[in-house]
Amino acid sequence: MSTFSSTSVELSSYRDQHFKGTRTEQDKLLRLSTTLYVGNLSFYTTEEQIYELFSRCGDIRRVIMGLDKYKKTPCGFCFVEYYNRSDAENCLRYINGTRLDDRIVRTDWDAGFIEGRQYGRGKTGGQVRDEYRTDFDSGRGGYGKIVQQKLGGSDGPFGR
Amino acid sequence: MSRRRVHEEDDGYDRAYRKRRRVSENQEIEDRLESLILRVGEKSTSSLESNLEGLASVLEADLGTFRMKILRILTDCAIKMPEKCTIYTTLVGLLNAKNFNFGGEFVDYMVRTFKDSLKACKWDAARYALRFLADLVNCHVLSAVSLLQLLDNMIDAANEDSVPQVRKDWYVFAILSTLPWVGRELYEKKESALEHLLVSIEIFLNKRAKKHHNALRVWSIDIPHPQEEYLDCLWSQIRKLKQDNWAEKHIPRPYLAFDSILCEALQHALPSIVPPPHHASYQYPMPWVVFRMFDYTDCPEGPIMPGAHSIERFLIEEHLHSIIDMYHLERKDCAAHLLNFPYKLKIPLEYCIVEVIFAELFHMPSPRFLEIAYGSILIELCKLQPSTMPQVLAQATEILFMRIDTMNVSCFDRFVLWFAYHLSNFQFRWSWEDWGSCLTLDNEHPKPKFIREVMMKCMRLSYYQRITEILPEPFSRFVPVKGEPNYKYAKDGAASLPGTSAAHQLVVSIRQKCTPEEVLGVLKDLPNLRSEEEPERRFNPLKIDVFVQTLLHLGSKSFSHSFAAISKFHYVFKILAESEEAQICVLRNMFELWTTHQQMMIVLVDKMLKTQIVECSAVANWIFSKEMVQEFTKMYLWEMLHLTIKKMNKHVIKLSGELNDAREKLARAESSSSESEDEEGTGKKKSENAEKPTEEMVERMEERLEVAQADQKNLFLIIFQRFIMILSEHLVRCDTDGRDYNTHWYRWTIGRLQQVFLEHHEQVRKYSSTLETLLFTQDIDVHILEVFQQFVSMQS
Repeated sequence: MSTFSSTSVELSSYRDQHFKGTRTEQDKLLRLSTTLYVGNLSFYTTEEQIYELFSRCGDIRRVIMGLDKYKKTPCGFCFVEYYNRSDAENCLRYINGTRLDDRIVRTDWDAGFIEGRQYGRGKTGGQVRDEYRTDFDSGRGGYGKIVQQKLGGSDGPFGR
Repeated sequence: MSRRRVHEEDDGYDRAYRKRRRVSENQEIEDRLESLILRVGEKSTSSLESNLEGLASVLEADLGTFRMKILRILTDCAIKMPEKCTIYTTLVGLLNAKNFNFGGEFVDYMVRTFKDSLKACKWDAARYALRFLADLVNCHVLSAVSLLQLLDNMIDAANEDSVPQVRKDWYVFAILSTLPWVGRELYEKKESALEHLLVSIEIFLNKRAKKHHNALRVWSIDIPHPQEEYLDCLWSQIRKLKQDNWAEKHIPRPYLAFDSILCEALQHALPSIVPPPHHASYQYPMPWVVFRMFDYTDCPEGPIMPGAHSIERFLIEEHLHSIIDMYHLERKDCAAHLLNFPYKLKIPLEYCIVEVIFAELFHMPSPRFLEIAYGSILIELCKLQPSTMPQVLAQATEILFMRIDTMNVSCFDRFVLWFAYHLSNFQFRWSWEDWGSCLTLDNEHPKPKFIREVMMKCMRLSYYQRITEILPEPFSRFVPVKGEPNYKYAKDGAASLPGTSAAHQLVVSIRQKCTPEEVLGVLKDLPNLRSEEEPERRFNPLKIDVFVQTLLHLGSKSFSHSFAAISKFHYVFKILAESEEAQICVLRNMFELWTTHQQMMIVLVDKMLKTQIVECSAVANWIFSKEMVQEFTKMYLWEMLHLTIKKMNKHVIKLSGELNDAREKLARAESSSSESEDEEGTGKKKSENAEKPTEEMVERMEERLEVAQADQKNLFLIIFQRFIMILSEHLVRCDTDGRDYNTHWYRWTIGRLQQVFLEHHEQVRKYSSTLETLLFTQDIDVHILEVFQQFVSMQS
């Protein structure tokens, strides 16, 4: 008798479009992965904060901060890699959708870190979502990049 | 399709019955039956009674073809949904009334489940099976006399000699926990036998040793709520139930509506069931202490909190715990089901939920699920019930803070971690002023210590500037120091230090991407101020000083920078710090640089253990060294000790697992190869040989495990010995000076000793006799010995 399936740890509908390989290969990696993508971070969230929160689900193998491709500064995402998949699953259960640095963070399976994937893929160097974003987010550089250009390139107030 | 629509309806058993005739696929029928059975008792437009009646008719008609499946599903429901016990027993009762043989088969099936659970050490399943059997007496499926016979056999098991206390306790616990269901019936039909049973239980309980009680308490005192040992508490609740003539009002009893039908049924007798004898490999549930933090005075107007010795309290708590057990993997579902508790209108639900969650979080020796699971479930509860839950949670936090001075150290740590985590999800908002009384207390008092440690955890989750903003001015002393490296070679007065010029040179070299060999070259001429020592144990403290502090300072920007630095110059560490003393020197220098950044030190120690730059024993000895006396009551030091112990434990467990796997593979391969010798030729054999481990490999694994276990034993010996030494020293000195020994320092330290036993009890247990022989002997102080004895009694 099947009782209750654990929907929190299922694969989401997101697939990395830059993945080198078939969809089947990607899904297989996602199903075996011990690496998580963490999104919606503030640009000012540090590796230390990420360690503190994510250690509560298990022993962290490494944290790789997502960086702006040109500025090489954090651009609001990171990868957290565990030794065991079960620890990563617990993140999806208990950390996904809760707050870090006063922001709701989102975690999702990642097929595995490869050098180069730590860089934002947006045209201006950050994440793609920050190109098109229309809201003002003081933790992520203010307005989205396209909106900023239209406004004459004004940034939000500088963070802390 | 019309079939699917019928499938989705909760009610309309009649319709399902008619449509069913048209369906020919057995599997579809099976699935539908399963669905109907699983969902009976849930929200429906029809009454429970009519649903049960309808379902019983449907099942009766299907007994011919689907007998086994129905037996299995019903048994599964009984075990996996214990809160619906009476619903399913009623169903079985109705089926028995229609079909006596089926009733008998079901009883046999359930008895087998009960016995199998006992043999497989599935204790909860066994208890739910027993409860189900007991409730079948209420449904006229089983005779009271045969149930009592079973319970008597279980009492006999409880009175056996030379078996673990925890085994005996479980059998009594199982009996007692069925009585809320069947007590009334037994009282009416077999009063004297029931009385006899209760007297036997009372005698058993009076004889029990409960040394473990103190080890498992959350608070050391019984004010305002007694922290009762679990069996004592249940006994009090049963006694009160008996006083009330077994009138129990919480459990729903659908069979009462069918009394006239069920009375007509013939009863079965249970076969003779003897509990399987104890086997050395059997692990029994550990005892626990009932966690109480609320009583009826804490809850505002509304439903009253059932008293501590009311059976309702037991039933509600058990039910809430089982909801958590069932849904803990999906925090949103868990919160929703908790808030949807079937009898919520009769109880102060939020208080019950909060009490049960904290009971799990503070459970000794350790919580059954991740601490963050409870934290995130509480957040979900606050989201789902924003007008009531946050207030109750705040009240609970207040209560926990008020009583924190008698809280045990393990729970103190968990409370700190939880509160910091919770605050970080709610913008760190809290009414700190309410805790103003702690400002006059000594720094080592648990209250100010709690605030200080919470602030440090909050800082780890956010950043220094933020923390300075969240505390009101009178509390500014609790703002942690900002964690920054203290690199002496770049400060004023560095010129007078012996290592400064080498340090500066090293900085330049490393920045120019030099090799590890070149680093050693830079350090080459630093004098060794220990040259009188024996050559084997010789190391150069000054070289270590300059290297470690400079390297870690260069990597101070982030954890990743430090890790990369350590990784790149790993070789230098290995050359400079081979002996344990040298490794302790490395740790000392790390501490000197990073004194104010506790989190950095923790991750560095973790990294150095992982990369085998330092051994576990070095970390342990360093933590207990004179240099660390000032840090001794700070949480982070113990974080480091426990991560060290855990690493060692993990290593042993891993090697042990690998060895067992290899042994199994070898045994399987040997037995199958002896069978297939005369069979197919070389092809099959070749592939077998490739997978099977050789005897030599297994031997080598055994050796590696032995070495690891020796290291593990050594680590525990070091730690316990150091504890005994410093505690004895303190006790003797206080005795000589005529001072009270029970200082804050003493309470923290003895608490930390206890914490090592409790947090790692499964591993420590292996070495109990060694510990007893070598360390925890009769001549050491009784306060210290007691901690050991309590630990031993937990699994005796």
